Amino acid sequence: MTPHPGSGRVHPNRTSGERDATQPHVRDQSQPFLSNATKGVKSGEAGLPFGLVRHSIALARRSLTKTLRQPEQLLDVTLQPLIFVLLFVYLLGGAVSGSTDAYLQFLLPAIMVQQVMFAGMATGVNMNSDIGKGVFDRFRSLPIARSAPLIGSVLGDFIRYVVAIASLLGFGAILGFGFAGGLLPTLAACLLTVVFAFSVSWLFVWVGMLVREPGTVQGIGFMVLFPFTFGTNMITPSNTLPGWLHTWVDINPIAHVMDMARALMLGTGAVTGPVVWTLATSAGFLAVFAPLAVRAYRRRT
Amino acid sequence: MRLAFQAEGLVKRYGETTALAGIDLAAEQGTVLGVLGPNGAGKTTAVRILATLLRPDGGRARVGGLDVVKDAAKVRRLIGLTGQYASVDEDLTGLENLVLIGELLDLRRPQAKLRAKQLLADFDLTDAAGRQVKTYSGGMRRRLDLAASLVGRPDVIYLDEPTTGLDPAKRDDVWTIIRSLVADGVTVLLTTQYLEEADALADDITVIDHGKVIAHGTPGELKRIVGGQTILVRPLDPDRLPDVARVLEAVAGRESESPSRGVLTVPVDGDAAFTEVVRRLADERITVTELSLRLPSLDDAFFTLTGRHTEQEAAA
Repeated sequence: MTPHPGSGRVHPNRTSGERDATQPHVRDQSQPFLSNATKGVKSGEAGLPFGLVRHSIALARRSLTKTLRQPEQLLDVTLQPLIFVLLFVYLLGGAVSGSTDAYLQFLLPAIMVQQVMFAGMATGVNMNSDIGKGVFDRFRSLPIARSAPLIGSVLGDFIRYVVAIASLLGFGAILGFGFAGGLLPTLAACLLTVVFAFSVSWLFVWVGMLVREPGTVQGIGFMVLFPFTFGTNMITPSNTLPGWLHTWVDINPIAHVMDMARALMLGTGAVTGPVVWTLATSAGFLAVFAPLAVRAYRRRT
Repeated sequence: MRLAFQAEGLVKRYGETTALAGIDLAAEQGTVLGVLGPNGAGKTTAVRILATLLRPDGGRARVGGLDVVKDAAKVRRLIGLTGQYASVDEDLTGLENLVLIGELLDLRRPQAKLRAKQLLADFDLTDAAGRQVKTYSGGMRRRLDLAASLVGRPDVIYLDEPTTGLDPAKRDDVWTIIRSLVADGVTVLLTTQYLEEADALADDITVIDHGKVIAHGTPGELKRIVGGQTILVRPLDPDRLPDVARVLEAVAGRESESPSRGVLTVPVDGDAAFTEVVRRLADERITVTELSLRLPSLDDAFFTLTGRHTEQEAAA
């Protein structure tokens, strides 16, 4: 078939006599219905570059609009950080740090990493239920990259990270968190945490493409996130841990991300090492799980 | 004539189940191919392969001369798809849905908006443009879905049971839309369980059952497969009914029936009998108010082909 030359279409020159005479092909000729629906410049000839970026952004906007229209979807990232902070600070603060105030400084940067990762897990859960809807069939039938709907949804969930961090830091400030590291290092810590959670969320998107039910994604997500986020120095310094657990904390990449957040937000300890670790593991997660997720999406019918 | 799409020997298996056991489908440009079959016959599977959503396990399919597997990306520029369930986003408004698709089809945002508004007007959805789709009625959703598949001005449109679940008035709206698309030169693949729908819209019909093509032809040809045609006569003067009965029996060589008061019918083997009946009625000076040569319904044809009635007949 030849591409349509700009405007106007090739009409097959069929006369009514060629139709089957038994057919009631009645059309009101006086009504130029849909005359502009199929005529005119065909799309895709605009010649716009950077298709993947544009399509992903358009789909991210879709995802963001949907979330903002149902603010209750943000309830988990708003309340869960508060509950965790309250529980740990008042249960463990005295025992671990001698005072709840000192413990808050210790806990908050690290629990921010954990909570943002939980927000990333929800991306996989949401996408699992989203993909079963008819609109994903529409996306698949469009001439866009297979990865665009996935990238769009992951980018759109950026809002969840922002809300989780805002909720956590706002509440932390009320309780007396000092931001001793200063404003810019704190922002850098937030940004690096988001980068890391964004990369890890591809793991959950991949799981979301493989299993049938959203609940399964959540179950697997918790199974992964609990040992990895609690098996760190998040709630207690690692020097009190038994040797084997100490070793685990040393090799657990999330512990390094938490070290990064502490170093920047509290202004104590080495910065370079944990930052490099954070960027390296982020790149690793992205490189492994984003292609796996796209492949699983492609295969899912 | 150029073929807008063509599928040859399509096979698709899901584990032990064979959804398609080698079917052929084709339509010339600017025509409607009706794919008729009961639930589970393989209609949707065939559409999904032609729409590049599924890879066939065997056979091949081309749209506009392009292979649906090898040139999938190019094929996607030529097609529009409307599924059984509305494939639009419930949480977005009608306008947002169409603008999104426009952007995904590489229209700049202002152009995409313009196009969306045009289509919303065409489909009588302008007043609902700013409302979330979940507030739409079934008919509105279906219209928006159709509009969504037209954003890219496709050459070929797949309509997978576009009227299932719609009430008759809404169904007529969809039929009108389909006819105007065809008048604009678009090629349509229409799957349906409704024989009446295929009869009303399709230039050609492929009947499939259990993943196989069991018949193909124009609606008229399919009806003729059943073999018989029926002559129906209603004389102006009911007192002449015995004379009419005599004429019909003489021509057809069998007894006539009276399906309703004042009407006589007789099965005949060919068109020639009709001319003979007309001549003899004229000779006998019998005036008629109704005289027709009727083909059997598509459901009769389906029964002849498969040995069973279609579902809605069985349910009736």
